[in-house]
Amino acid sequence: MELQHLTNDNFEQCIKCTICTVYCPVAAVNPDYPGPKQAGPDGERLRLKKANFYDEALKYCINCKRCEVACPSNVRIGDIIQKARIKYSRKKPSVRDFILSHTDLVGTLATPFAPVVNSMLGLKPVKRVLDLGFDIDHRRQFPRYSFQTFERWYKKEAASKQNQYNKQVSYFHGCYANYNHPQLGRDLVKVMNALGVGVQLLKKEKCCGVALISNGFLEQAKQQAQVNMRSIRESVVNKQMPVITTSSTCTFTIRDEYPHLLGIETADVREQIELATRYIYRLLREEKSALKFNNEKIKIAYHTPCHMEKLGWGYYSIQLLRMIPNVELKILPSQCCGIAGTYGFKKENYTTSQEIGITLFSRIEEEDMDYVVTDCETCKWQIEMSTSRICEHPISILAQALE
Amino acid sequence: MQSFVLLFSLYRENKIYPDMQNHEPNKVYDVIIVGGGATGAGIARDCARRGLRVILVERKDMATGATGRNHGLLHSGARYAVTDRESAEECIKENKILKNIASHCVEETEGLFVTLPEDDLAYQNRFAEACRAAGIDAEIIDPKEAVRMEPSVHPDIIGAVKVPDGSIDPFRLTISNVMDAKEHGALILTYHEVTGLILEQARVTGVKVYDHLQKETKEIRGTVIVNAGGIWGQYISTFAGIKISMLPAKGALLIFGHRVNNMVLNRCRKPADADILVPGDTISLIGTTSSNIPYDQIDNMMVTPQEVDLLIREGEKLAPCLAYTRILRAYAGVRPLVAADNDSTGRNVSRGIVLLDHAERDGLEGYITITGGKLMTYRLMAEWATDLVCKKLNIEARCTTAEEKLPGSRETMEEINQRISSLPATARKSAIYRHGDRAQKLAENTLQDNSLVCECEEVSVGEVKYALEELNVKKLVDLRRRTRVGMGTCQGELCACRASGLMGSSGIYCTKRAKQDLSAFLNERWKGIYPVAWGDTLRECEYTSWIYESVCGLKPNQE
Repeated sequence: MELQHLTNDNFEQCIKCTICTVYCPVAAVNPDYPGPKQAGPDGERLRLKKANFYDEALKYCINCKRCEVACPSNVRIGDIIQKARIKYSRKKPSVRDFILSHTDLVGTLATPFAPVVNSMLGLKPVKRVLDLGFDIDHRRQFPRYSFQTFERWYKKEAASKQNQYNKQVSYFHGCYANYNHPQLGRDLVKVMNALGVGVQLLKKEKCCGVALISNGFLEQAKQQAQVNMRSIRESVVNKQMPVITTSSTCTFTIRDEYPHLLGIETADVREQIELATRYIYRLLREEKSALKFNNEKIKIAYHTPCHMEKLGWGYYSIQLLRMIPNVELKILPSQCCGIAGTYGFKKENYTTSQEIGITLFSRIEEEDMDYVVTDCETCKWQIEMSTSRICEHPISILAQALE
Repeated sequence: MQSFVLLFSLYRENKIYPDMQNHEPNKVYDVIIVGGGATGAGIARDCARRGLRVILVERKDMATGATGRNHGLLHSGARYAVTDRESAEECIKENKILKNIASHCVEETEGLFVTLPEDDLAYQNRFAEACRAAGIDAEIIDPKEAVRMEPSVHPDIIGAVKVPDGSIDPFRLTISNVMDAKEHGALILTYHEVTGLILEQARVTGVKVYDHLQKETKEIRGTVIVNAGGIWGQYISTFAGIKISMLPAKGALLIFGHRVNNMVLNRCRKPADADILVPGDTISLIGTTSSNIPYDQIDNMMVTPQEVDLLIREGEKLAPCLAYTRILRAYAGVRPLVAADNDSTGRNVSRGIVLLDHAERDGLEGYITITGGKLMTYRLMAEWATDLVCKKLNIEARCTTAEEKLPGSRETMEEINQRISSLPATARKSAIYRHGDRAQKLAENTLQDNSLVCECEEVSVGEVKYALEELNVKKLVDLRRRTRVGMGTCQGELCACRASGLMGSSGIYCTKRAKQDLSAFLNERWKGIYPVAWGDTLRECEYTSWIYESVCGLKPNQE
């Protein structure tokens, strides 16, 4: 039995070794951020004394959870900081925060006019207006919206073909694959089908809510989480279909942030929600499934996203990529790229965001490669904006390598 | 380098540290106060404000005896209402005064007297009536309401009474009194131990003291000598051949790692063991036990495993979460009770104030003893003692200590907050919490001054410098009492070496002394941790010893 579960006072396990602060990407570049130890366990003690010891500088936390990965005492530092923000922050979210965090709504509105929206968002005057009017940094490149969502493509092109397979999984595509990059979803369907697995959509899928949580829209996040959990349970419990995903952050949010930050229990189905790379890796390892690959040579470098590090699943994506013949794979040093979802879009964070990632960007430029590969969509945006490289998802690399 | 030497010589010449002043050997003081607890500090303040020439001598640092070794409970008097009406009335009166004059040392948390299923609910009515009779605003409330107000309390309570209890920081209170005394001309000498009383005919005319820091003996002359030595007063009086019988009752307490409760929790029954849980600054305290000890054991305050067991066992009845909350340390103090009757428990002895004029009692002029009482009534005790001193000196001066606010409690904290807005939020609020309006001394903080010495309690370099310059700090332990350095969960792990470094560089001591002091400080921390050294507390201790012994090369008994 883990004794820590008897109590919520997990912060008391901290012995002030300060390793978390050494690993904090923000503390390294922004002196206004007190660092995870001060903001987390130390600050919690003061906040329990009196709520007004809450420091608004906690907003600089990017929730990368690298502090938790580093902590030898198993303190949930990142959770403590996020919970404190939820409980104590008096700052009301702005219009900007609303736009950035309501990815579902914005995606639904943007995709029908994708060509217009994409070229608009690329225009300097538009960027200036967003910068001056909404504090969205003008140097930031926006992800492009797709003209057709993944769901529409799936219903039109793929749905009817899925029932031929004995094995079935549900796919939580997330906002990015749906609104911005349906090719990723199509690649997933291609790879899964090649493995003899049919892909179904969840009965109803909402944005996982990660951006809502970090921008302070808790009620909205809870509502969406409940919709998602109902659909996930329907798939896992009623239909015995595990849920696979392609976004490391969505996965992490559903598995761990729902119970820790929103108070929504996931324990009964948590083990059945996993990243596609892990699912496929296990399938190939345990069930002797096989994929047929082409002979194309490819040079790639894998970047481990923060939440992948927290999940401990970077291994699966890396090992899966290694199974591709003729692949030359390098592992980039594990470090935060700096964007942290909506964080890097905000004007006040832009400099911090870029400074965090700078050594990663120069490393990427130095290495000889065809693609950077990563499981996180926002890492992809950041890397593509800040380097000359193209960034792809492991599943897309896998799909390309299929015969 | 030369400028450093110059700076050091300035320190030595007391240009930077006014505290380093020494007493003039031939001066005759109006009053010599022996003992630097709350009472002694209160007397120094009162006498100085009434225009007397005052000197106070203390064998260790301020507030190291019973003053610093109790609950830090701002009694409403409710605890004594049933058994000791007089004490209860004194308490509620002083409670109201302290809330006004020492607002920065006090937190008005309010308190609950709760009845557990194993306790007799009938006692509650008797208790509430006794409170009202003593002038204490006690309100019987629905137990469910009590659980809502204070979620840490045992959910099965069957009765609850709300009273105006609070918490008070005894260190802050004592230091504030000292500051006010000094600002009115008093001289305060810590680490000066009384080794004898100077007797001339039937009169005490001074004290012999041993200066532990300079390692020399001095004589100080005065017209009236006030023995405010608390439990140690019995020993001091033996120098004059006078017998005072104190009844040393040891009380042990446990400090928990964070605040588990925000209201003071009491058991609604006759006072017994471990039935008060007090929120104090960042922590909570459960206590106390009570056991009579021989007089020769009053300086041996180790907490036994039996006492720790009892405190946890009884404590978790009051607040179940105590069973799994981290315990930082254990400590014990001695109640300075004057043996008045044959009660052997020490609990039914009156907490009443005892003022002895030895001219009347023993035919010895120029010597008075003030003892008994409680932290709560320190000001009243000081007033009584000062009244008697003034009478002996034929001085008519009114006591103003009940109305005049202490340094730190004189201005609104919002204003101070604005004035020191350059400090990071948490360090700023912590400094104001600790120093009240005196936190404005940190307004000139540089960026480097804003860096932290103590991370658990958010003590900045600037705050330490202020304490070193103005609050009479001789050792690391003194700094702890002024700023909470080393009082947090790490118990000195990160802050102690930084603080001793600052003390060294400010000329208080040399490197060798700094190392000795650091080692002594860590050993003192360990003394309190030892009785509760398990789990995370032990883990953290191991880590601390690894840092200091293995990384820094500090020896356990640094010579």
